[in-house]
Amino acid sequence: MKNKVILVIFIILAILHQDFWNWGNSNIVLGFLPVGLAYHAGYSLVCAAFWACIIKFAWPTDLEKWANEGEDAS
Amino acid sequence: MISILAQAPDAGPVSLTPLIVIGCYLALLLGLAMFSGKLFRGTSKDYFVASHSIGPFMLLMSVFGTTMTAFALVGSTGKTFQIGVGTYGLMASSSGLIHAACFFLIGIRVWAIAKRHGYVTQIQFFRGRFESSGIGYLLFPILVLLVIPYLLIGVIGSYRVIGPMTAGMFPNVFEATGGSVPPWIIGIVICGVVLAYIFAGGSRAAAWANTFQTIVFMAMGVLAFTLISKHFGGLEAAIKQANGGHLIRTPDEISIAGKFTREIGIHPLTFATYMFIPLSVGMFPHLFQHWLTAKSAKSFKLTVIAHPLCILIVWVPCVLIGLWATGTEAGMPPLPDAKVGAVLSIMIAKLVASPVIIGMVTAGILAAIMSSLDSQFLCLGTMFTNDIVLHNKPKDKYSDKKTILIARGFIIAIVLVTFILSLLLQNVQNVFDLAIWSFSGFGALTALVFTSLYWKGATKHGAYACIIVVASIWMFFFWKSGWGGEYTVGHVMPVAIAFMGGLIAMIVVSLFTKKPSEETIKKFFP
Repeated sequence: MKNKVILVIFIILAILHQDFWNWGNSNIVLGFLPVGLAYHAGYSLVCAAFWACIIKFAWPTDLEKWANEGEDAS
Repeated sequence: MISILAQAPDAGPVSLTPLIVIGCYLALLLGLAMFSGKLFRGTSKDYFVASHSIGPFMLLMSVFGTTMTAFALVGSTGKTFQIGVGTYGLMASSSGLIHAACFFLIGIRVWAIAKRHGYVTQIQFFRGRFESSGIGYLLFPILVLLVIPYLLIGVIGSYRVIGPMTAGMFPNVFEATGGSVPPWIIGIVICGVVLAYIFAGGSRAAAWANTFQTIVFMAMGVLAFTLISKHFGGLEAAIKQANGGHLIRTPDEISIAGKFTREIGIHPLTFATYMFIPLSVGMFPHLFQHWLTAKSAKSFKLTVIAHPLCILIVWVPCVLIGLWATGTEAGMPPLPDAKVGAVLSIMIAKLVASPVIIGMVTAGILAAIMSSLDSQFLCLGTMFTNDIVLHNKPKDKYSDKKTILIARGFIIAIVLVTFILSLLLQNVQNVFDLAIWSFSGFGALTALVFTSLYWKGATKHGAYACIIVVASIWMFFFWKSGWGGEYTVGHVMPVAIAFMGGLIAMIVVSLFTKKPSEETIKKFFP
């Protein structure tokens, strides 16, 4: 279930990356950022937040244990 | 795509200061890397993967530094000057999602499997996963051929940065080059410095050097941004004078000083399919090796989260400089598309005009170049030693010392080949377009690594089919592009077609061929 939710959010993020609604928008945000740049700069922040959540809630704990077991064995 | 940081010709005698600043930077880099070499434990495992001892911060810096080439500083500015604001979404924000996904989904899993089974190269992993020695012999030349253009871009890039910057500095010594340092000396110095620290400490020295280089090029990008914005009278004034057509992504054609026309903006389909390019980090052999240096899986946490933020810090200032350069007050000369890589340097030289700053920004560009070069040289040496020389040989055939010696020997050979090729190809105009083709090849091959990690049903024959289909599609479009030019298939990036072709070939062939043994499934699927 958790993996499906992550996949759905990932696909939504990939779709949001296309921001076709900003294509011809030349407005300036905060006095110096064109909308097309401000949106994608914000998108980078959202990506960082998304990956922070993934690490918090979907970290592969067992994988590290499994890797270290192999090293111990060798 | 590489800049020309020349001093203003009317500034009197040409100052040696920029070259001295670069010399100081190279000396610092070498000193730091040599110090890290003292930590070298003398084993082949330490040489190839730093004994899995690299912590979170150094892993972030070395992975980020390796994925960002000179394109991050000068290419981003130039591309924005050429096509407009869409550059950030096209190349940067998509990487925030896709690169981090590759680190999380591929990097951590590969690290775990490699650590458990003692792999030090990508090919060892594929040989084990697909129970096939032959797959290594198929992949090795493909990976080497895809890495070589990437290496050439770095070395030729250094010629195109330092050569013009030193123009007129030594009129009596280098008459043939107009007083600038000739490419062969630049190549010897750059390759020599990289070679020296790879020799000293292998992966560990590369990680230390990359950390330093990444900090330098990030800082220099921000420095250039601050100084240039001051010249315009602040951020708001700078963006106000930018050309309106570059602030949007609608495709258009504009006239440049009545001399030629330029296509600006970007087609939505190209924008969408460009998202396949950052998948290349999933298959870069040099990045694979960096992953294996991680101390623990937890070391990846910072890399996954902070990578999009590091991209933001480097790319937003560079894209803004590119937009400002399109304005009336920037006073840019009419640059054709092939010369847009000079935008950052022209802005610095005209608007900041300080030899110290020119030297520092050039050092930043070199840092971006060298932080990729070292990992690529090292990974080719590692692959040759482990995948060709040591493969199928008894474990005690070569001592650790002899293994390291073989790796060092192959690295020297690769550096020599790269150096000679770079001198032969230094004047080829479209050499930097090759970067996109190199990324496209690796990006399309990511279908192979992803299915091998997440689909138990992926078979040896499926893997062969995937590699052959990707290589064939890639080669066909490479030929159609005129061997390396810009090319799309009805606005679709060729990498998207090659990736999908490889994925379909893997799935279809795997469904009808012999499944991997239970033992292999247990070995690769925890």
